Amino acid sequence: MAIDCLVLGAGQEIGKSCVVVTINGKKIMFDCGMHMGCDDHNRYPDFSILSKSGDFDNTISCLIITHFHMDHVGALPYFTEVCGYNGPVYMSYPTKALSPLMLEDYRRIMVDRRGEEELFTSAHIASCMNKVIPLDLKQTIQVDEDLQIRAYYAGHVLGAVMVYAKVGDAAIVYTGDYNMTTDRHLGAAKIDRLQLDLLISESTYATTTRGSKYPREREFLQAVHKCVAGGGKALIPSFALGRAQELCMLLDDYWERMNIKVPIYFSSGLTIQANMYYKMLISWTSQNVKEKHVTHNPFDFKNVKDFYRSLIHAPGPCVLFATPGMLCAGFSLEVFKHWAPSPLNLVALPGYSVAGTVGHKLMSGKPTTVDLYNGTKVDVRCKIHQVAFSPHTDAKGIMDLTKFLSPKNIVLVHGEKPSMMSLKDKITSELGIPCFVPANGETVSVASTTFVKANASDMFLKICSNPNFRFSNSSTQLRVTDQRTADGVLVIEKSKKAKIVHQDEVSEVLHEKDHVVSLAYCCPVKVKGESDDVGLIKQLSEKISETVSCADEIHESETCLQVGSFKGSLCLKEECVHRRGISSSCSEVKFLCCNWSVADLELGWGIINAMKQNL
Amino acid sequence: TCLSKGDGFHYPPCHMLNLSGFRILIDCPLDLLALTIFSPLPCDVGIEAYGQNDQNPIQKKQKLERQMTPDDLVCAEPWYKTVKALHLWEASLIDIVLISNPMGLLGLPFLTQHPRFCAKIYMTEATAKIGQLMMEDLVSMHMEFKRFHGPEDSSFPCWTKNLDGEEVPGVLKNLVFGENGDDLGSWMRLYSLDDVKSCMKKVQAVKFSEEVCYNGTLIIKALSSGLDIGACNWLINGPNGSLSYVSDSIFVSHHSKFFDFHGLKGTDVMIYSGFSCLQTAEMTENDCISTMRYIHIRPSFYKDERLAASLLDNEESLGELEKLAFVCSCAAESADAGGSTLITITRVGIVLQLLELMSDSIESSSLKVPIFVISSVAEELLAYTNTIPEWLCEQRQEKLISGEPSFGHLKFIKDKKIHLFPAIHSPNLIYKVKYNYYLRLWQNRTSWQEPCIVFAPHWSLRLGPSVQLLQRWRGDPRSLLVLEDGISSGLGLLPFRPISMKILQCSFLSGIRLQKLPTLLSLLQPKIVLVPDVINQRINLSTMKTKSILSYSENKTLSVGRIAENADVEIMAELATKLSWKKLRQRENFGVARLKGDFVMENGKQRLVSGLDQEESSGKARTLRHWGSVAPETLLESLVKMSVTGSIEHRRDENGAEGKSIIYITDPSGGMIETSEMGTTIITDDETLASKIFQAIDGILDGI
Repeated sequence: MAIDCLVLGAGQEIGKSCVVVTINGKKIMFDCGMHMGCDDHNRYPDFSILSKSGDFDNTISCLIITHFHMDHVGALPYFTEVCGYNGPVYMSYPTKALSPLMLEDYRRIMVDRRGEEELFTSAHIASCMNKVIPLDLKQTIQVDEDLQIRAYYAGHVLGAVMVYAKVGDAAIVYTGDYNMTTDRHLGAAKIDRLQLDLLISESTYATTTRGSKYPREREFLQAVHKCVAGGGKALIPSFALGRAQELCMLLDDYWERMNIKVPIYFSSGLTIQANMYYKMLISWTSQNVKEKHVTHNPFDFKNVKDFYRSLIHAPGPCVLFATPGMLCAGFSLEVFKHWAPSPLNLVALPGYSVAGTVGHKLMSGKPTTVDLYNGTKVDVRCKIHQVAFSPHTDAKGIMDLTKFLSPKNIVLVHGEKPSMMSLKDKITSELGIPCFVPANGETVSVASTTFVKANASDMFLKICSNPNFRFSNSSTQLRVTDQRTADGVLVIEKSKKAKIVHQDEVSEVLHEKDHVVSLAYCCPVKVKGESDDVGLIKQLSEKISETVSCADEIHESETCLQVGSFKGSLCLKEECVHRRGISSSCSEVKFLCCNWSVADLELGWGIINAMKQNL
Repeated sequence: TCLSKGDGFHYPPCHMLNLSGFRILIDCPLDLLALTIFSPLPCDVGIEAYGQNDQNPIQKKQKLERQMTPDDLVCAEPWYKTVKALHLWEASLIDIVLISNPMGLLGLPFLTQHPRFCAKIYMTEATAKIGQLMMEDLVSMHMEFKRFHGPEDSSFPCWTKNLDGEEVPGVLKNLVFGENGDDLGSWMRLYSLDDVKSCMKKVQAVKFSEEVCYNGTLIIKALSSGLDIGACNWLINGPNGSLSYVSDSIFVSHHSKFFDFHGLKGTDVMIYSGFSCLQTAEMTENDCISTMRYIHIRPSFYKDERLAASLLDNEESLGELEKLAFVCSCAAESADAGGSTLITITRVGIVLQLLELMSDSIESSSLKVPIFVISSVAEELLAYTNTIPEWLCEQRQEKLISGEPSFGHLKFIKDKKIHLFPAIHSPNLIYKVKYNYYLRLWQNRTSWQEPCIVFAPHWSLRLGPSVQLLQRWRGDPRSLLVLEDGISSGLGLLPFRPISMKILQCSFLSGIRLQKLPTLLSLLQPKIVLVPDVINQRINLSTMKTKSILSYSENKTLSVGRIAENADVEIMAELATKLSWKKLRQRENFGVARLKGDFVMENGKQRLVSGLDQEESSGKARTLRHWGSVAPETLLESLVKMSVTGSIEHRRDENGAEGKSIIYITDPSGGMIETSEMGTTIITDDETLASKIFQAIDGILDGI
């Protein structure tokens, strides 16, 4: 059996995340995002690779969305409504609640402001969200007979999850975006130690390693504070959900402490509404926030007000959160146009900006003018601050997670090619795990674990679960080791399930009689001196333990001696059938009649040889 | 493999299972109804209250007429009745504790106090949170008693002495000592807040359908039962089969998540412990069970409401919602008449629904009646319930999607329609603490205003603010008391008589109705069903398709045999491919192989993985075990091929039957082979000869 991992989007790039994994014949699609930097057909993942005929219902078993960012959910309405996928769609409760807001917001921006043709309508969003089945953390869902999925907390944004999927014995984890450290309002990613065949991880910051985030938080706060103290306006372009709340918590807290009265605005009612969701979804936030919420819900911001268009030109300092992020279009871009020329003002860019957006241009270098999409140019004299903390994990986080899960294979997606390549080298050299960096449209195939099922008999199980202690006397202390190896016999009858039995039971299962094959020899031994029978046995056992290496435990009794299955007893008969060649006439020779089974073949011969030497 | 023990039904049943060697305790409740033997805080007697203990015996002598009076009740710091049989178990021998609903959590601190207690405790997150709040509330209500009675020194409850006397009514005695008189040991003093905290620290909270693995062997899964927020049924999967525990469940709930059918399907053993269906069954025999498909199973609820003054029992099958609406309308009626309403129900889901409905109906009507929720945990509880959409029913989840709060009370609290107070004497809710009701020092200074609607614990009418309010309103015929079923019938209302308040008793559905059980069973199709014997007597389940139905009874252990014949073992593919297979000569159909690996127990599955010491694999291994028999002629024949020569001699044993055959080997060296039905012995001192002979035998016999 094999696992095929087809990357439809976010292969060696960031945006339009979409990975289709085939495990033992089941196809699961993880994420269905759109690319924010593209305007053409490249915006969506190329679904036609999956099915030429467009019959996605029979191709894909289920679709799982990890979180509500546009590059993970953006293409969902298109896929379900336009492409006609009707199968199950899973996402976490917060994602289900918040995705429609994101989609609607984006749709409005695209249609109203940029005047594009509609890719999907509000009705599309609504009907697509109706198909969504909500997931809770760690809830194990049996999608169908074989396919089992489970979500784990991923940090990143509210409701972000990592997804564990298992078909038969093969299991994979798709991380989505995740964060290995706690931030203002979200906890760190948390996952069980799983046995995985494949880990598909994001790698946005594949080469950066970040230290503590507190200095960077302070940096951000000081930048904003300096700006408003100087009478400037601070613009923070961000998407309605996620970063906006985190930064706002930060600012609100700071405002309270420093007793600053400068208003903080949210550009649209959307964000205010989003705060409402955040309040209800407290259980998905960090432990710290959860504990506090009884007395004060941290998403009840005290200093936050609604923003009106007329306030753009109002005098005096202010802080504005405007959608969308990355300054790719819409209101934030409009405000930017007005505020950018003043050197008093500040633009704080949180998070990652996709190539092609104004945000990206601002971040890469210090441009004095910026081309807007419709050809107009804007002088940029304002300060630019890049918020240097991000809800994505850094290289160390990726390595930690990989080490923790130690999967058999790794596929990296959602990153930039050069840094992904260096991370790949690091993973293969340091952890020795095969790592793949497929581009869009490429498929990676890895082998999967399978288990063969068999019935086990009680006796076998009993012997397996009995500890098998080995005592060994090392120089100073007694060492006890438990060497439990299951040793059984597998019996297969045609058209029946395989059975594991203990070796004593085999013949019974086969309805046959045991036939014991053993060896025997009546071995002459020389009596030294005047010792009696018991003394002779003692002598022999000493001799045996000296010369025969594998004889650990020798049991002696009067005239018998036993090592494993080897039994020897003094033979008093004149004519023993097991005696060969030597006559018993010699009085100095006694005979040890020996018998041993095939299992102790070497041991038996060892003892015989030892006794022969004694002659 | 199963050992179970059931206990009464007013509080959730409690079971002890023994599954693959692990002892599992399911639920650990408190019998709070037994609280009614204690008298509430003595408010009526005013200043005399402290002397009451001394007066009791004298008064009792005068009451030979056996009429129960409030004075018969025990006036002392209440103790709490736990599950009796649980004390017979050594706490350290319990491996797992599963709590299926908040009520089942109340007795847990008694168990965790035990120094040797070391079991793992599992419950859903919502159960843990709500249960913790309920326990904290209980403790804080209990504090009032403590303050009143002062610290008690002796570890033995002195109040029991008074109860030994002849003149004590039988009802009381029964409650205290049990029918056999051996219940006394189950009375315990209430735990402290610290005990609650340390108990909750030991809890591992789970989500619905989260799989947790105990000791690598058992996989435990909580599935929604619909009874209350966070309440669940349990599914336990072990190597020897699967077991489901179905407690009281409600198929369609208006607050919590629905009953989860799918997870419970097709288990090997199902333990059904819905005792509450017995109560419901008595009243609704007129219902017919039609052939319902499971999606359409809509429980028809029953209703038993008694208005003590006017209405008689009216048996109707109305929706739960109608019942709630009825409560609301009654409250509104009495408010209209200028009376107040006291609601003592403490089931979280129902309180939330009532709050919502009540405030809605008040808003729509012209009435200006404030709603008070008086409980030490009200604020936290109500805040919490609006942050748990995952645990609620679909309609309420829809509300999340559309951005509304899950329960409507948030809005009303903001609008100052619902007021929350931690206690009746909170600074804002003016009330003189001196227990002097006659002076009626209620002051309308701040928010308190009558008539009003008050939600106050505790339903036993012994603890908490409900007592004081009841004392206050009991003489007012316009006022209304809403009770949970079963209180008034017993000792509940005794201390408050004579009572002229209207009383509305409502029993809300708290389990699967008996008539539904066969449908449920045929849907879930367990192989073996365990039902309480009382149910088995009541309903004929033998027509069911399930393989067997066993009934269990209280305090008796029932053993259930193994179902699966042999346990499954999974062999890792890497190991399986390394096996060297042998085909048997005698039996074409069989193939055998030796198997060597490390045996591990993972996620409830037994697995063989390739071990570290895979020293001698296939080639070197020797056949160790043979079966069949050796014909001496064939053996000699094959020996000759190896240039070993010898002669055969047949020997008969005493009976003349074919016995041993002996082959004397002459070349290359001396030796002989003894062979019989039982076995073959190679006799020689020549190692190479022996191995040659062995090889020959190996070629003839099948072996491994």
